[in-house]
Amino acid sequence: MTIGLEQYLTVAAMLFVIGIFGIFLNRKNIIVILMSIELVLLAVNINMVAFSTHLGDLVGQVFTLFILTVAAAEAAIGLAILVVFYRNRGAIDVEDANVMKG
Amino acid sequence: MVIAALAFYLFAGVAVASALMVTLSRNPVHSVLWLILTFFSAAGLFVIMGAEFVAMLLVIVYVGAVMVLFLFVVMMMDVDFAELKSGMTKYIRIGTLLGIVLLVELVTAIGIWAFPEGALDMRQAVTPAPGDVENTVAIGQLLYTKYVYLFQTAGLILLVAMIGAIVLTMRHRKDVKRQNIIEQIYRDADTAIELKDLESGQGL
Repeated sequence: MTIGLEQYLTVAAMLFVIGIFGIFLNRKNIIVILMSIELVLLAVNINMVAFSTHLGDLVGQVFTLFILTVAAAEAAIGLAILVVFYRNRGAIDVEDANVMKG
Repeated sequence: MVIAALAFYLFAGVAVASALMVTLSRNPVHSVLWLILTFFSAAGLFVIMGAEFVAMLLVIVYVGAVMVLFLFVVMMMDVDFAELKSGMTKYIRIGTLLGIVLLVELVTAIGIWAFPEGALDMRQAVTPAPGDVENTVAIGQLLYTKYVYLFQTAGLILLVAMIGAIVLTMRHRKDVKRQNIIEQIYRDADTAIELKDLESGQGL
């Protein structure tokens, strides 16, 4: 049994769906929502690397590096906003986040 | 070959199972720890694929920095997480439904997908043969030549993120006494000593 591109794509698709599922399941808990977004980005990275190694084209791995950069920046900013929100409100319930009436 | 297949199924199974535990776990600290396990398994998958550099990047940057940041934030907050979990059963039906729909779509897309004609010829940067250079050297040769501007932009994005996080979380507390160095330097004997007349037997 050989492991080809399809197997990796399947794993990535499952991780992606679990990430989306986590966003819906933990509607109130913004920390777990951020972690689910990390899962989605990991799935995208797996796709990128799978295609990169399958095609013998390194650009996919280079772009994985950029995705990692953006994900790290997103996590840092998201957690900073979360800390400020918690300091002002004393809670992290997403449904409390209606200051801007958006 | 069999060992590689077995390793793939091990890592893939652990990754998917621990990703599920991230979303289902009651305690966010446990969620972070499951997420760390997911990233380790994904790093294992990357090693099997032959992308060692990205695998090590995932372990060092993600597990070493980002996940520890998550862990710090989760542990610093004193939040009633049981209350946050209370609405979970309300959303489990719509979440599962959406997940199934999305999975079916993805499976359909992967199922009918095929490489276009000449896809292999359209590659921009061909990976050197494994015997020539290692994965890390090859990525470095590509990243520092063709993608050097994107690389610098990535550094700029990280700088902006760092400044943004600091600006967002910094606050000047009024109730904390801080050292005022200018004031200390400009202090002299005339202002430092103050003479006061005190009544006998009374304090200031």
